[in-house]
Amino acid sequence: MEQVECIIVGGGLAGLSAAYGLASAGVEVMVLERGDYSGAKNVTGGRLYVKPIRGFYPELWEELPYERPIARELVTMMGDGAHTTIEIASDRFAGAKPQSYTVLRAKLDQWLAEKVTEKGAMVVPNMKVDELLRKDGRVIGIRAGGDEIGAQVVIVAEGVLRLLSSEAGLAAEPQAKHHALGYKEVIELPSGVIEDRWHLNPGEGAAQFFMGACTKGMMGGGFLYTNKESISLGMVVGMEDMRRRRDGTESWQLLDEFKELPQIKPLVAGGVVAEYSAHSVPEGGISQVPKLAGDGYLVAGDTAGLSLNALVTVRGMDFAIASGYFAAEAVKRAKKAGDFTAAGLASYEASLRNSFVLKDLETARAIPGFMENPRLFTHYPVAVSRLLESIYTIDERPQAGLFKKAWRGLRRDFMNVATVKDAWSMRKI
Amino acid sequence: MPMKIDAKLGLDVFKLDKEPHIVIDTDVCKTVCTDEACVYVCPADLYERDDQGRMTVNWEGCLECGTCLMCCDHKALTWKYPSGPFGVQYRMS
Repeated sequence: MEQVECIIVGGGLAGLSAAYGLASAGVEVMVLERGDYSGAKNVTGGRLYVKPIRGFYPELWEELPYERPIARELVTMMGDGAHTTIEIASDRFAGAKPQSYTVLRAKLDQWLAEKVTEKGAMVVPNMKVDELLRKDGRVIGIRAGGDEIGAQVVIVAEGVLRLLSSEAGLAAEPQAKHHALGYKEVIELPSGVIEDRWHLNPGEGAAQFFMGACTKGMMGGGFLYTNKESISLGMVVGMEDMRRRRDGTESWQLLDEFKELPQIKPLVAGGVVAEYSAHSVPEGGISQVPKLAGDGYLVAGDTAGLSLNALVTVRGMDFAIASGYFAAEAVKRAKKAGDFTAAGLASYEASLRNSFVLKDLETARAIPGFMENPRLFTHYPVAVSRLLESIYTIDERPQAGLFKKAWRGLRRDFMNVATVKDAWSMRKI
Repeated sequence: MPMKIDAKLGLDVFKLDKEPHIVIDTDVCKTVCTDEACVYVCPADLYERDDQGRMTVNWEGCLECGTCLMCCDHKALTWKYPSGPFGVQYRMS
């Protein structure tokens, strides 16, 4: 059996980030990617929060092939024939060191794969790993087709479905209740049109979320990210809600109906759909993070469940890159000590626990449970829009005073047992 | 008019595998399953019953999201990634 120091299963952001760190330190590393190229099987909504990871490989992020730095954040609550959009803009979102960028994965991952190759690692495309090889409970390599390759350590960054790691007993099989389906269209629009429609300075970008009627009461929402010359328009819907739903709407129809809504139609008018894509999203939070390391292996990125949907901020790629960085650090340490057992690789979990990755997931421990509350996606978007609509409505009748209108709306929709309970449960998030 | 789902899938690059990467245990679909979750959740609209009422999947247009796998309560699906160089190849996403 051919033998290398480190095999990385999956050439996405977690795997490539680990490979970059290892190759830079002279560790012999082979990345096995099942797509034609890195990014060929990946989908993002798309935004990468780059601020958390600037300290890792700082030389890389200056050259990041981003689409647009996000300067404007919009949240649209969709009610019953009325909707409310809140816009948050800050000089500190974009500026000289933007906190986040819109990205497209085929471009981003191929770029990172090139950087990894320059550092001396081998990135092998079209190589689907079929099995993690184990001996006496220790991961000793991989099988891809008829070939077996041995390694002192395997970094498993195979993505959200965990087909290999669950088969090998390293992680649980992914369950619908802990995942959402994300799917989107990339719609081409001229950059000038994008800047006009979202009121952007040249080159800057916007991110917009939509909550409420668009998911028909299911957990999730719509999203829109502006790229250079396209927008990514899609939805994320909780799988458990989706499969229990019996009104005849299929997931793909939901996106079509979303696009036809009067709030969305003018935003996509004249656009040309260029690609349609779908991917599962881990939404289980920290309670679904598997054992992160064992004898001869580490898990990183989506395989480790490292993503965080906090309703208005959605993270995953920054966690993937950070976990790859810490995986590389742990493997370097293990190599120095000549110990690739669970004990030798234990610094990986410790580093993640000491970093924003598991700290932020720990802080957000209650969020997955909180999001199971259907009122978030039904009652509140409607109620907010109804309240504001009443304040902005003038008709032939004598009008109640502003305070009275607001008070009436608040009493009707926000002061009852259910909403008080919701407010109480919010203290945990 | 919304774009037809087939037309949307027609925009994607697929490299066709020689054999299906999704295999359905149609007996389970026939005898146990009443909810047809796969039909509802698949974002590519690949699942449908044929004339004889057997569940079928047009696996050639699979986006490899794995949603059907997670949503089938009856374990009727044997689901692998397409082998080697095959399956969807996103150019943007």
